[in-house]
Amino acid sequence: MAESPSHAHDGHAHAGHGAHDGHGGHHEESWFVHYFWSTDHKMIAKQYLVTGMLMGVIGAYFAYVFRMQLAFPGKPVPGYGLVTGADYNALVTNHGAIMIFWVAMPVLIAAFGNYLIPLMIGCDDMVFPRINRLSYQIFAISAVLVVASFFVQGGAFGGAWTAYPPLSAKAEYSLTPAGSSLWLIAVALEFVAFLLGGINFVTTAMNSRAPGMKAFDIPIAVWMIVIASILFMASVGPLIAGALMLLFDQMIGTGFFDPDRGGDPILWQHLFWFFGHPEVYVVLLPAMGFVAEIITTFSRKKMFAYKTVLATTFATGLLSFFVWAHHQFIAGIDPRMANVFSVTTVLISVPIAEMCFVYIATLYGGSITFSVPMLWALAFIAEFLLGGVTGIYLGSSGADIYFHDTYFVVAHFHYTFFPIAIIGSFAGMTYWYPKMFGTFMNEAWNKLHFWVTIIGFNGIFLPLFITGASGDHRRIFDYTNFPELDTPELQSLRVLATVSLLVMLVIQPVFLINFFYSMFRGKKAGANPWKANTLEWQAASPPPHGNFPTLPEVYRGPYEFSVPGRDEDYWPQNSPN
Amino acid sequence: MMRPIATTRSATGIPTGRLAVWWVIASEIVIFGGLLGGYLLHRFGHPEWATAAAHTNTMAGGFNTFVLLTSSLSAVLAHAAAEKGEGPKAAKYLGLTMLGGLVFLIVKSFEWTYEISHGYTITANTFWSFYYTAAGLHGFHVIAGMVIMGFVAADAMKNRELQRVELIGIYWHFVDLVWIFLFPLLYIAK
Repeated sequence: MAESPSHAHDGHAHAGHGAHDGHGGHHEESWFVHYFWSTDHKMIAKQYLVTGMLMGVIGAYFAYVFRMQLAFPGKPVPGYGLVTGADYNALVTNHGAIMIFWVAMPVLIAAFGNYLIPLMIGCDDMVFPRINRLSYQIFAISAVLVVASFFVQGGAFGGAWTAYPPLSAKAEYSLTPAGSSLWLIAVALEFVAFLLGGINFVTTAMNSRAPGMKAFDIPIAVWMIVIASILFMASVGPLIAGALMLLFDQMIGTGFFDPDRGGDPILWQHLFWFFGHPEVYVVLLPAMGFVAEIITTFSRKKMFAYKTVLATTFATGLLSFFVWAHHQFIAGIDPRMANVFSVTTVLISVPIAEMCFVYIATLYGGSITFSVPMLWALAFIAEFLLGGVTGIYLGSSGADIYFHDTYFVVAHFHYTFFPIAIIGSFAGMTYWYPKMFGTFMNEAWNKLHFWVTIIGFNGIFLPLFITGASGDHRRIFDYTNFPELDTPELQSLRVLATVSLLVMLVIQPVFLINFFYSMFRGKKAGANPWKANTLEWQAASPPPHGNFPTLPEVYRGPYEFSVPGRDEDYWPQNSPN
Repeated sequence: MMRPIATTRSATGIPTGRLAVWWVIASEIVIFGGLLGGYLLHRFGHPEWATAAAHTNTMAGGFNTFVLLTSSLSAVLAHAAAEKGEGPKAAKYLGLTMLGGLVFLIVKSFEWTYEISHGYTITANTFWSFYYTAAGLHGFHVIAGMVIMGFVAADAMKNRELQRVELIGIYWHFVDLVWIFLFPLLYIAK
């Protein structure tokens, strides 16, 4: 391929005729280059996936330690030891930060975005492969930094993942002089990594689609990842500025967020949540996209209302920029502003509900197969529904005064984030596993893992709605100090939540072992084991460097299932007839 | 490394490099937007900052505005030369733009030295914190732009990658435009 970049306009001319010969094939890569210095989008996706899973194990371990402390206060936790107040705060803070920034983001957006976008739009790689590699490298450094913050003097930052000043701004308050700054730098680097990745994703999806693939032929998953990347790009800027300001407050003694010196701590809350709330949708949308792919494939039906899904996604994206102040209802904001944000917050559940209805309508009348990915996809809709409905309570400024900072909030956002980050990831991993590794995972073990995880999850967070409504404040590490909360009834609910967590954690190795074992010993999967239409299934499993032997052309939309008059019940996008 | 076919496609009709630069700028706008938005909210709440702002050197700032605008002119001329395929000429114009950036930074360093030596440091009060943070972040972008421009110019000298002359030009105009916001907000508004 010797064309000069000044010919960038005529890319289509090359696509159809196999000018591309798999440029990875004819030179030997060293082991190091292959696994750590690759510019192949699929390898970078796997790097993100494995790093995300590893960070997930760390985040889960933190949850184990602090849930044990809550259920059995003051007793040494097996595998950790005695939990001090400072330990507890650091564990809670970093559990939240790691699960969102180092698990949900890398797995849902970076891993699947990297893997799926070029394959699903029918091209050979991202438009900027080296920037893609750089993005992962920066992300890897950020992951190392956040873990390293546990081993510096003073320990890891414990001011919650929201890092509100003044607690986060001054070492005298946080008592973690090095930990807070390391944490902040890690988060900022993570943002840089995802900005680089996001620009790559958006540009690739806009420019590098297969010939014939029009806007409405793009699979929902790609749309969702791209819209999520744009949301991220448009919302994270103020927080990057805020992080710089906070870092200066911490390290050189400015007073941006210090009221004594003309600063304003509420400004941080605005900068943080202007990003933080769209962030929920940044991770939600890709998961919604995976669910769309899975339910159409396993109900053998056309997406019920493709364009409605897109319209609701745009509406969600737009509205997500006008809900942030519902996090500040009790921070002293003007009550008239609280009313406005109550309305927008309740309003945003409309497009999301619409999306869920479209998915249910897609299922209606379909020939449903309860495969493992399908189970995860259905569980996503069911569990996210609970998260959405409880959000209405919190979005209403009056009710929020009571619920604010209780376990009701914790339970609510875990009913949104768990379906997104965990159920969504498992749905994606089990659905695309045969494509990624060319083999099937063991289905029986996966089903066991599914049911125990789902039951465990509900066992953790349903009780916490009750403890929260009963007044459990979320930042208390030992309830025995609060006689009105230290009742046997509430304590038994806390123990139930912890035991459910243990059940859920115990089953996870089953998935992990299945995941790695099946790579080598799993039953071989063909190119298109689920008989799906999108382009990634038309490549070999796993796809070679360069993805397709001949880059495909697209003739129709992605969800042409059970079309009358055809012998097969699916109709690949690249099949001429 | 071979360029993937993905890089050469252009479904939108906009070359990939230019599209990416616009997205970079979009994400930069919200970064500066957040910083300046925070500054403005504070500024409205603190009329007494006017006395601090009175100590900034409007003449030096005005001169720098002129220098930066002029450097954008040579970036445009570089683009025009690159369009005609005259790489070495484009490289020379880019050199002039980098010289403008250098003058800007030198003036800036004299300003800051003067201010810091008179006690107006970044921790003096929140006005000065914003002053140094915003102008510093902008200055960092000037330096980054100059470094990238150096690479682009070196390529252009050998008539290589001439489309990049336009891309770094777009970025440079953006950096220029940020200054057009910073100058009145930090220097003129008293």
